[in-house]
Amino acid sequence: MAVRVQCEDFDLGFEMAVLRAESTNIGALVSFSGLVRDDMGDLQTLELEHYPSMTKKALAEIEAEACRRWNLNATLIIHRYGSLKPGEQIMMVAVASRHRKVAFEAADFLMDFLKSRAPFWKKETGIGGAEWVDAKEDDEAFLKRW
Amino acid sequence: MKLEVVYFAWVRERIGVPRETVETEAETVAALVTELRAREDRYDLVFSDVSVVRVALDQTLSDFDAPLDGVSEVAFFPPMTGG
Repeated sequence: MAVRVQCEDFDLGFEMAVLRAESTNIGALVSFSGLVRDDMGDLQTLELEHYPSMTKKALAEIEAEACRRWNLNATLIIHRYGSLKPGEQIMMVAVASRHRKVAFEAADFLMDFLKSRAPFWKKETGIGGAEWVDAKEDDEAFLKRW
Repeated sequence: MKLEVVYFAWVRERIGVPRETVETEAETVAALVTELRAREDRYDLVFSDVSVVRVALDQTLSDFDAPLDGVSEVAFFPPMTGG
């Protein structure tokens, strides 16, 4: 169970290998990584601001809740902050469990809560100027699934 | 009492500072917001629609009705966009 908040990039393959090595009791390893998407072809940077004294605590609470709900072998959340370019990795979650359904569900749960309960804000800077990314109405509604 | 008030994202940009110390007798977040709005236009503007502002008390997500008793840091920010 680990949470990392960092400026630097991460190696998804390496992180998955570390999780896999934790136990031979793992039958399923699910990961999700979020990338900087450039829809219109004019994005220059995505600036990720966060609330340092709250971020790690919020992520750890989300992770702990997932561990309460499902029987998991291991979890990992990495979330970056700072200035990112199109195509770069923003964050990842990974869940290791004995069976597939649990791993998929727990990863889905982690992402739904990360979206609207992790104190990050995104500002896109493109050729036409800079704009804060609004939260989607769906994001809040997705929490009610759980 | 003295409160550390911190702002993030467009709330920070519109208030113009990332943090400040506020001397207040407000008993709830809502009362603090009313005090701030009466101070200057920039606060009034940011808090004119609190449905787009979230609040955290001592780094825990809270709401506008929450009491400020024993709180040392209040944070105001837009809905979060993690992931």
